[in-house]
Amino acid sequence: MRRLKSVIRTPVGLTATILTVGVLLLAVVAPILWSDDADAIDTANILAGPSADHWAGTDNLGRDIFFRTLVATRLSVELALAATVIAVVIGLLLGTASFVLGRRSGRLVNAGVNIAVAFPGMLLALFFAVVFGVGATGAVFAIGLAGAPAMGRLTRTLVASVSSRDFVDAARVAGVGRVRILFRHVLPNISEPLVVNATIGAGGALLSFAGLSFLGLGVQQPSYDWGRLLFDGIGSIYVNPAAALAPGLAVVVAGLAFNLFGESVAKVLGVGVVAGIQLPSSAPAVETTSPVDVAHHDADDIVLDVRDLEVTFPGPAGPIRPVRGVSFAVRRGEAVGVVGESGSGKSLTALAVSRLVGDPGRVDASRLELLGHDLRAADSKALRKLLGTSLAMVFQDPMTSFNPTKRMGGQLAEVARHHQGMDRRSALARAVDRMRAVRITDPEHRAHQYPHEFSGGMRQRAMIGMGLMGSPALIVADEPTTALDVTVQQQVLDLLASIRAADDVALVLISHDVAVVGQVCDRVLVMYAGKIVEDLPAADLAGAARHPYTRALVAAVPDMDTDLDQPLAVIPGRPVDPADVPSGCAYAARCPLATDTCRAQEPPLETDSAGRRVACWHAGEPLPIEILDRELAEVDTP
Amino acid sequence: MALANSAIAAAPRVGRLGSHVWLRFGVRRLGRLLVSLWVLVTASFLMIHLIPGDPVRAALGPTAPAALVAAKREEMGLDDPILVQYWHYLQGLFTGDLGTSMISQLPVSDVISQRLPATLALALLAFVFAVAVAVPLGVTMGVLTRRGHGRRTELAFTTSSVVLGIIPDFVIAVVLVYVFGVSLEWLPVAGNDTPSAYVLPVLALAIGPAAILSRIIRVEMVSVLDADFVRTARAKRLPKRTIYLGHALPNALTASLTIGGLILSAMVAGTVLVENVFAWPGLGSTIVSSILNKDYQVVQAIVLVYGVGVLLVNTLVDVALALLDPRSMIRED
Repeated sequence: MRRLKSVIRTPVGLTATILTVGVLLLAVVAPILWSDDADAIDTANILAGPSADHWAGTDNLGRDIFFRTLVATRLSVELALAATVIAVVIGLLLGTASFVLGRRSGRLVNAGVNIAVAFPGMLLALFFAVVFGVGATGAVFAIGLAGAPAMGRLTRTLVASVSSRDFVDAARVAGVGRVRILFRHVLPNISEPLVVNATIGAGGALLSFAGLSFLGLGVQQPSYDWGRLLFDGIGSIYVNPAAALAPGLAVVVAGLAFNLFGESVAKVLGVGVVAGIQLPSSAPAVETTSPVDVAHHDADDIVLDVRDLEVTFPGPAGPIRPVRGVSFAVRRGEAVGVVGESGSGKSLTALAVSRLVGDPGRVDASRLELLGHDLRAADSKALRKLLGTSLAMVFQDPMTSFNPTKRMGGQLAEVARHHQGMDRRSALARAVDRMRAVRITDPEHRAHQYPHEFSGGMRQRAMIGMGLMGSPALIVADEPTTALDVTVQQQVLDLLASIRAADDVALVLISHDVAVVGQVCDRVLVMYAGKIVEDLPAADLAGAARHPYTRALVAAVPDMDTDLDQPLAVIPGRPVDPADVPSGCAYAARCPLATDTCRAQEPPLETDSAGRRVACWHAGEPLPIEILDRELAEVDTP
Repeated sequence: MALANSAIAAAPRVGRLGSHVWLRFGVRRLGRLLVSLWVLVTASFLMIHLIPGDPVRAALGPTAPAALVAAKREEMGLDDPILVQYWHYLQGLFTGDLGTSMISQLPVSDVISQRLPATLALALLAFVFAVAVAVPLGVTMGVLTRRGHGRRTELAFTTSSVVLGIIPDFVIAVVLVYVFGVSLEWLPVAGNDTPSAYVLPVLALAIGPAAILSRIIRVEMVSVLDADFVRTARAKRLPKRTIYLGHALPNALTASLTIGGLILSAMVAGTVLVENVFAWPGLGSTIVSSILNKDYQVVQAIVLVYGVGVLLVNTLVDVALALLDPRSMIRED
């Protein structure tokens, strides 16, 4: 009941409920109240147009169309419901056949249902109307039987979903008979969706019935339903259009009511309320973050220059900022790793520097340059060409990152065709050449295949090959090995490393895996809660990391020396929710070194003489566990 | 190195599989078509036999002399054993002999060939119109209303397309007749003599399917635009048009085609009602008058023609699906 209440809480649900109740009410009371008005013959007003006496005019006997339309509600609804009952009953028999009869005879029934479902209901209804004869009774059976196959297929799907559940299995094991299981366990569990679909089906039956009556194959005079009135009305449409329009309107309103009511109930029973509405992005003034001096290099040497990068999304309770002021630069041929837990903003940083943050996200930065070109500029063909040819992206999941409906070669060739102006043939030749460069065997043949014919590792290599269609200065790889088999991961990493070495391409490697980053990269940026907390050479990761978070990340990586009898090290606590970043140091809640200063004041990202950066009030101080270790060692020595 | 070797070994196997998939798909689809055809033919044969009473007596009326009824039954072979009749029926189908109309005494095949072109023209035009409206509309709406953009547009579009999709075609037809025929007197409302006479019947038949189809395409488009491969296409910096039409649309269409196919085959049957509103000289008006006249030979043949039309549409949809998305060939059970 509570769920039905939530039906009327939506405007559509409320309208549909009111209409449905109205139609049903009318079906009950209209013939009682207005039968005489509907049958009264007014010889003075034959085939008259709408007037004060006759709101929708009169028919060829001078009977009032408006009242006839109201009174016809009962017959129209009755016949539709009768047809629906037939459809549901036969549908239940058909749909439960395979459950009751067992697999073999059930399959035959299912095959029959599958074939019947392919034919439109109107055609089936015509077929049965011939068999059962012209008239209301024949039409009820015709429409009922025409609706049965669809109902049967629905029942079969529902039964199949329930019959594999534990309680049915348990009953089966307990030796309960099939028919008993069906009535005791299966049908009660599928009754809700069945009733909902029957309601929608009643709407359809009402429309079909109107159709048959309109053709003259349904209700016959002197009885009348809406279809019959429409049939009589269309003949005099030039004299009194209202005679056709009034019953037409009634059919539409009633059909719509049943349909929408069923749909609204289905929505409530099914997925529930649609998730929160997104607020328009009205981000407050950007807080000024202290500009960080990027270690100076020759400007020509810098491929990517990022300063004060912020990514903002509108949230239900104000804007959410998963990236909160990130600054870094990447030099030619340099490999920079970005590590952090999920939610640290590392992937969004990668998307932001490649201009791929989609709606409704917003990217702000005081500087965002690729090869000296401002990426904050408005979209232009030149900018697209620059990004398309100089920046290569490698995404996490190679299984979903290719278009399943296009051949691999074509997907690679597109880049050359759009940005390098190559014709189809030479673009494809280039694609084959690039596929060979990323060590895909038999590339001529492979280029004509679809993504689903490639293995995961091969797709990821093809993705890298796609980036090499231009002449990239920078490859941004977002978790390129996470979705791959361990055995394939190394191949992909080796490939990236060899491309970097061969063409002096810079690499930004996003990963949650410190070990991968340490192996591939020159420099590592550690991100936490949307900020860089440490920037250090990869070689320093193991012994010389200063931020407690970095050290915890490194400690959490098992290596060959890890004592497998001990539980693996984890970082206590949970990552910060981007919608609720604490004041002070975001890591304080999980940090063993945290003091009141940490909780009150956010540490700035400071650069030391060697160009390393760290944001921590207690950078480099020994962690309690290390102190413990040392003390233990001292106890051991004497 | 072992990995590299296994990759090489795997390559030709995948290749062989590729051509086999098409072959197996073709054989299976053809098999299904033939089985469905057989069921259809058998059902249309049985139709006359399922009618309670004597179909000839029903057709000729209670006043017809018994000798005439007996002669007619003899001519139609209704007194033969049912399997013999079935065999003759199948033979007739293969030789193009569909029997003779009991009312007009014309060969049924003549009636069909005379009436079919008008229905076919109506259905094809309506189909083309529905698709030509639904695809651009659905794609545009999908792009405009993705990720919570344009909520008002979305609401207006969804509401109107739901309502238009539910209104039965014959009611739309009546409204069109009233507005453009009776009130404005712009367009003819009966027959198919002039090109302008096609406008209203085609609209009546196509508006509902176009509304439903465009709504499905919008929903699919919205979800496809969030797919990873669209992000890849954006990462390739392709022009927006290429991303929407070249990458997103084919995928949105594959998902829409399955339901779209059902709608389009329903249009075949929808012609019956629309033809009767506009006195269209096609199969639809013929089948209704034949049912009322109990001219069962004609009814039987027209049901068969409609059924074949539906089966052809379904098959074409499956082939189109396979061309658009080769995975659909293996996904079938």
